[in-house]
Amino acid sequence: MTTTAKPTLAPRRHVANTVSNWVDRNLKWIFTAPAIAFVALLIIFPIGYTVFLSLTDSASSVTRPFDFIGFDNYAYWLTDVTRFWPAVGRTAYFTAVALTLELGFGLAIALLLRKTFRGQSIVRVFILLPLVATPVAVGMMWLLIFEPTIGFANVLMKSLGLPAQLWLSGKESALNTIIFIDVWQWTPMIILILLAGLSTIPEEPEEAALVDGANAWQRFRHVTLPLLMPTLGAAAILRSIDAMKTFDIIYATKGRNGGSNNEAETLNMLAYNESFGNSQYGSAAALLMLFLTFIIIILAVLAILRKKGTRV
Amino acid sequence: MSAITHSSVQSVARTRRRRGKSVVGPTFRTIAIVFVVLLFIAPLAWMLLAAFKTNLDIVTPSRTFDFTPTLGNFETVFGAQNFLPFILNSLIVGFGSTVVALILGVPAAYGIARYTIRNATAFVLLARVIPGVSLLIPWYFLFSQVQLVGTYTVLILTHIFVTMPLVVAIMTGFFEGLPNELEEAAQIDGCGKVEAFIRVVLPLSLPGLATSAILSFIFSWNNFLFALVLSNQSTRTLPVAISNFTSYASVDWGGLMAAAVIITIPVMLVALFAQKYVISGLTAGATKG
Repeated sequence: MTTTAKPTLAPRRHVANTVSNWVDRNLKWIFTAPAIAFVALLIIFPIGYTVFLSLTDSASSVTRPFDFIGFDNYAYWLTDVTRFWPAVGRTAYFTAVALTLELGFGLAIALLLRKTFRGQSIVRVFILLPLVATPVAVGMMWLLIFEPTIGFANVLMKSLGLPAQLWLSGKESALNTIIFIDVWQWTPMIILILLAGLSTIPEEPEEAALVDGANAWQRFRHVTLPLLMPTLGAAAILRSIDAMKTFDIIYATKGRNGGSNNEAETLNMLAYNESFGNSQYGSAAALLMLFLTFIIIILAVLAILRKKGTRV
Repeated sequence: MSAITHSSVQSVARTRRRRGKSVVGPTFRTIAIVFVVLLFIAPLAWMLLAAFKTNLDIVTPSRTFDFTPTLGNFETVFGAQNFLPFILNSLIVGFGSTVVALILGVPAAYGIARYTIRNATAFVLLARVIPGVSLLIPWYFLFSQVQLVGTYTVLILTHIFVTMPLVVAIMTGFFEGLPNELEEAAQIDGCGKVEAFIRVVLPLSLPGLATSAILSFIFSWNNFLFALVLSNQSTRTLPVAISNFTSYASVDWGGLMAAAVIITIPVMLVALFAQKYVISGLTAGATKG
């Protein structure tokens, strides 16, 4: 290379041109390749490896050799009625209730905040705060508020003449209390998405309905809601994915077992506990694959519902 | 019975509307808005108050607002609990993963937006759908073998899993909104496509870049799961540090609340000053349906 004669100006420009032409022609891939490589390395490969591990009896240590055991791990979980199926139930319950409440409150509050009013921007800022608050710290905050003897929640209950509750420490109430926390933290997300969605809806159809004599409910039901449906669907999908995977708040308030009676142990918590609590990597991997299958099924159902919804 | 009550309620509402439309509606709305805002900020205010109380004041209901503020809890957190290194760790991991996510994600978003690579959006969705634990198992295997567990490198790499999809999602939307003519004009003036991207598109993308950077920092700062498994004593981030706090100091509520305040205040301040960017970033992609 070093011995080659100095190229004249013309060929050098020619080389430079071919290089830049090549770059321009393949820009699409040059720009996206690093990100795709990263995803392949840190997401696709690990998923493949999780599938592989799910077919083994890998346990106790990452360096310990393991054997292929086929689908035994899957069979183990699918027949486990003490941990697995209750966790499936809790995950489904948590997601369904949290999503319903968040969409309901979110829609109501978004409609409330839709019209311009004084102090609108400051209200939006307040709504933003729960969203950016660190979930673990939020969990700690609610842990104090819901503390049965010293927490503010029971002070409030007493002042309203209502019986004190166990909240997070109750076997029956823990999951519902965690849903409350989830609703507190994530309803603002739905509000912001719906406010953004509402701002893109043209006002004319609603004005036309008003002229036609439709009342507020009719205008909402037959004009605003159908137009808002795609946004609502997108928000529902985003929120349901994250609700199914809720981890931080449960860990912060109930520990990694989801409480001493596993009363808040969702699939995500069970998978974490099985892998990094019990070091049962093989069976945890199988559990995660089942979990992922559930998520995909639910997403497919939501996507179908959403398609139907837009046609209303 | 119910029909009667229903119709009477309706007629009352109707008269009210007729008589004082300008008063009742807005007043009700104002009360409702105040109530909603209180629901969202009261717990945070409670946490803030408790951080400045002694443990005795925290357990005494009569001293909810009537107490002498103390900095003792913050002294515990920075002194006995030594939180300063954890703050630094969170900053290092947050900045590191944000910078790398921007370097990888911004050109990728540009490629996706300009060449409409449909499947590329799928990986953003993929990254959202996959439970973090399922990646954490192979990561733990892989990084244990090369003895990287507990290093900043691993924390930054894994946090990019959270931050890069965010950057790609925000920037794809942003680039799609920029008119293609800008680059074409630059190319007519003799710029290559790469040069046009760097000299014309990027400077115009500063709002989008700011949104991406702020949000990816916040998401990295708030992330708990990855650091829980992959950090060690010296690289532990704030959320992991606070979760350890409870295990051996379960009664020190004041200290715990002070730690919670220390974690949440910086991101809240960032969100306050950059609310426009944070809101647009959080809602990016979701409104198009």
